[in-house]
Amino acid sequence: MSKMQTYKHWRIESSVDEILWVYFDKQNASANTIDKEVMEEFSLIIDVLSGDKNHKGAIIASGKKNGFIAGADIAQFSKFKDIDEAVSLLREGQAIFSKLEALRMPVVAMIEGFCVGGGLELALACHYRVAEDGPKTRLGLPEVNLGVHPGWGGTVRLPRLIGAPEAMNLILSGHTVTGKVAAKLGFVDAAVPKRHLVTAAKYYVLQHPKRHEATLLQNLTNAKGVRTVLAQYFRHTLRKKVSPLHYPSRFDVVANWERFGVRGEEPFEKEARSCGKLFFSDTAENLVRIFYLQERLKGLAKDTQFSPQHIHVIGAGTMGGDIAAWCAFQGFQVTLQDREAKMLAPAIKRAYKLCKDKLKEPYLIQKVMDRLTPDVEGYGMSRADVIIEAIYEDLTAKQELFKKAESLAKPEAILATNTSSIPLDEINTVLKNPGRLVGIHFFNPVAKMQLVEVVQGSRTDPSVANKAISFVRKLDKLPLPVKSSPGFLVNRILMPYLLEAVHLLDQGIPMTAIDKAMLEFGMPMGPITLADTVGLDICLSVAKHLQQYFPGTEIPQKLVTLVEQGKLGRKTGEGFYRYKKDGTQIKPSNVDYAKPLQDISERLVTCMLNEAFACLHEGVVTDADLIDAGMIFGTGFAPFRGGPMHYAKTLGIKENVEVPAI
Amino acid sequence: METNQTKRDVYIVDGTRTPFLKAKGKPGPFSASDLAINAGRELLGRQRFSPQDLHEVVIGCVMPSPDEANIARVIALRLGCGKSVPAFTVQRNCASGMQALDSAFKDIADGKHELVLAGGTEAMSRAPLLFNQGMVNWLAGLSSAKGLPAKLKQWATFRPGFLAPVISLLRGLNDPIVNLSMGQTAENLAYKFGITREEMDVYSLESHRRLAAAQDNHYFPELLPTYDYYGNCFEADDGVRRDSSLEKLAALKPIFDKKFGSVTAGNSSQVSDGAALLILASKDAVKKYKLPVIARIVDTEWAGVDPAEMGLGPVYSTTKLMQRCNLTREDIDYWEINEAFAAQVLACLSAWEDESYCKQFLGLNKAFGRIDPSRLNVEGGAVALGHPVGASGARIVLTLVQILKRKQANRGVATICIGGGQGGAMLIENVSEVIA
Repeated sequence: MSKMQTYKHWRIESSVDEILWVYFDKQNASANTIDKEVMEEFSLIIDVLSGDKNHKGAIIASGKKNGFIAGADIAQFSKFKDIDEAVSLLREGQAIFSKLEALRMPVVAMIEGFCVGGGLELALACHYRVAEDGPKTRLGLPEVNLGVHPGWGGTVRLPRLIGAPEAMNLILSGHTVTGKVAAKLGFVDAAVPKRHLVTAAKYYVLQHPKRHEATLLQNLTNAKGVRTVLAQYFRHTLRKKVSPLHYPSRFDVVANWERFGVRGEEPFEKEARSCGKLFFSDTAENLVRIFYLQERLKGLAKDTQFSPQHIHVIGAGTMGGDIAAWCAFQGFQVTLQDREAKMLAPAIKRAYKLCKDKLKEPYLIQKVMDRLTPDVEGYGMSRADVIIEAIYEDLTAKQELFKKAESLAKPEAILATNTSSIPLDEINTVLKNPGRLVGIHFFNPVAKMQLVEVVQGSRTDPSVANKAISFVRKLDKLPLPVKSSPGFLVNRILMPYLLEAVHLLDQGIPMTAIDKAMLEFGMPMGPITLADTVGLDICLSVAKHLQQYFPGTEIPQKLVTLVEQGKLGRKTGEGFYRYKKDGTQIKPSNVDYAKPLQDISERLVTCMLNEAFACLHEGVVTDADLIDAGMIFGTGFAPFRGGPMHYAKTLGIKENVEVPAI
Repeated sequence: METNQTKRDVYIVDGTRTPFLKAKGKPGPFSASDLAINAGRELLGRQRFSPQDLHEVVIGCVMPSPDEANIARVIALRLGCGKSVPAFTVQRNCASGMQALDSAFKDIADGKHELVLAGGTEAMSRAPLLFNQGMVNWLAGLSSAKGLPAKLKQWATFRPGFLAPVISLLRGLNDPIVNLSMGQTAENLAYKFGITREEMDVYSLESHRRLAAAQDNHYFPELLPTYDYYGNCFEADDGVRRDSSLEKLAALKPIFDKKFGSVTAGNSSQVSDGAALLILASKDAVKKYKLPVIARIVDTEWAGVDPAEMGLGPVYSTTKLMQRCNLTREDIDYWEINEAFAAQVLACLSAWEDESYCKQFLGLNKAFGRIDPSRLNVEGGAVALGHPVGASGARIVLTLVQILKRKQANRGVATICIGGGQGGAMLIENVSEVIA
């Protein structure tokens, strides 16, 4: 038996049934990520396996409690000197995985928890994969979310294993799937409950059954002529969602596959080269930056000890009802209060719909629904750890409510308002302890929008704000700490942009051109459609509210007129656009617009940038990065551009600039 | 008035119920456990203790769905009582809800428990249709047939009659010992005590009138809105017929003894879905959590009667209860006799008024006496409200407690007849505080 060497990040053990257990246990890290050193050691380990004659096979598993492998270490992305260095490192990684794949002894990847990116690529190079069948196990290749694509053979091995359509779907979407779905797709041999995981892994080592192969039909999808046809289709579907100019990596995956297929050495070489190049693209740099921004928001108030159990939400309208549903969905006991039972019923219905969309199993749906208690009498107020007010925007009503809440609530409970416009310092004047009030401002639709503004009034106790931030994290949302100033951050910056878009409309520029201009800029939705979606009545009331504080705010007549006519947007079937019953927009006949669309987008974005600068100067948030985070996660501001402030920086803009004319 | 000095006092701390929802010929919006959750979430949510502090959950239910085996445990877990709170289900037909209260009462009185959630629930509209025996045998044959020829042979034996379902609700309402439906036992009582169709209809009309009046006065503080997942909430008992009249009731055809009978759908209790839950506590628990109390359960009693006259159950169980507690009819301020059938309630009253019946069968030396109609079922009964069999026994106790409170009365008896020939009775005392 070869001498067992010791490693920094790996551990090899031999079990009595003659199996080598290779544990990945990255030093000084809570989760396993792959970097250069890890790979070098792994290469040595494969050499050990290759020379081993005393064992029947090997099982690669994680030495961590949480997850298998979280992918490549993103920090190393920025350390590459140039494209050549990146490519050569990718080649080395590919070579190590190929060596793994070529081992004569059967190697099984035993996957529990996340197995994504480079982690899945490693697993794909093993001969068998078994995965735990549980909610925490997720497998996928999410590299495209960072503007690159898999670079250690993932784009080659996955389509080879399960056929192009399913493989491309997974790679191009960047989605992760459960062990069960992975097994159904064929890239995991067995998905079993934890109690059978080791037994299953050993089974594949000891019995080494025939390895999984693509079906005849799946193989056919990788054949030369078929690739040409399918690639057309993949590109067609991709273009509906993203532009190749903004997000090239997805299109590179399709192009490489189309030209070089999944056999031989060449597709690997092309994968390494195109991935290496992508590391140095603006899109990848910006998306990596956003990844870190997201990590920063996730890490806020990390040391705050706050474990709320019971959330009481007052106001069962769209926001309150959906906040309550989301809290219940995230595992909290929730009471939802409104004046009458019939006002609560629609919120229960929406909560059920949320559960049905998100959870397949009826027993899981029931669990969530049982946690959500309609509470006309407001009994929950005295039991809750967090009380969230989401009633109509009226100062006196809110004051009355919080006075009552303060008298009933547990002393350590935090009082939160979801107001989007009323300053906290006006609400908290009625409180004995004004420091207890914090803003927790959700965006509509609650289930979809990642960002939540945590609003601090001048008297808000910092420890209360930290508790609110920690609570928002427990809701799996991204907290953005903002100062209580009119419109907070996101609405404040968004509104001049929306209003200006309507002004352009008043000036005779077709709305299709305005929306198209911003889509081409990279926004997820054009501003006119966005206004319709938010609701024109809401837009108008936010605009009027901001006008009180920023007298320069001009409200376009068109907006006022439509609201007067009851045309409030998507929800009433007509706003600027008209909508079908199911909410889909009826495309208006195309109006010609000869001038460059870039003029429109430049003008609108400048409005946004100027407001962003103003927010920075007023200290609405502490730094420019938080503005970028807020606008990207709160409004979907073109992520590949890195956020408004970063975008301004790339344009060389440092201060307020004149809005360019059209 | 302590019946047994070694027993501890048992208090009712709080109670809630769902609206009773009339079965509309198809499965209703709630399963039996859904109903109990709707009644129980707020009930537990407004207490000064947490659901995990309960010592037991006892639920009466006659026909839980196949997914609700030991429905009490299902309900306890869904209510957030946690894994450590044990739960059991009781089944005593129409008195299952009262049996649950009695079981909880005994365990607290004996000093085994301090705090128990007890009550009943039933989704009669969801009683399943079953395969008949022919179908079951045929399916068994099919699954054991190996190979295509054997399977085809088995298919050839199929008969359309196999598809006729067994309606479990009807089977459940049929006494297997005397082979009479519950309605037919009521016909027996009408015959025995000479109760006319008109008397039954008058009684029934009054039940609807009383329920409607109680609704108009916004009584029923124990009633909680009940929400389905589709945007509806149910806030009131929907079996009440405000437009009923003697003419309309007279026009209905007898449904159990067709043609010559007198028991109709109009003078019988309704088939309904509903749940009623109560929190029972010992003196110690009341003190520990500083709980308000609304009543004391003084004693309960059960009795067996001829299954063919099951409707007389209240007469026997109540008489025994009163004798043991040394009480006479005049000591009771308000009565709840569950209205399985108008004829059955009227028969109970007749039996008690009949001196020879009382002497011969109840061991009394004179007639028990006449119960004043203005003190009986004063807010209507199951004829108007419905009779979800598992829940009714708990519902009448809760209703009685609220009536004693509102009338500032002292004592009441809730009693119920039980299919199979039994009766149950519970003596309730109006208290507002625990005397040390």
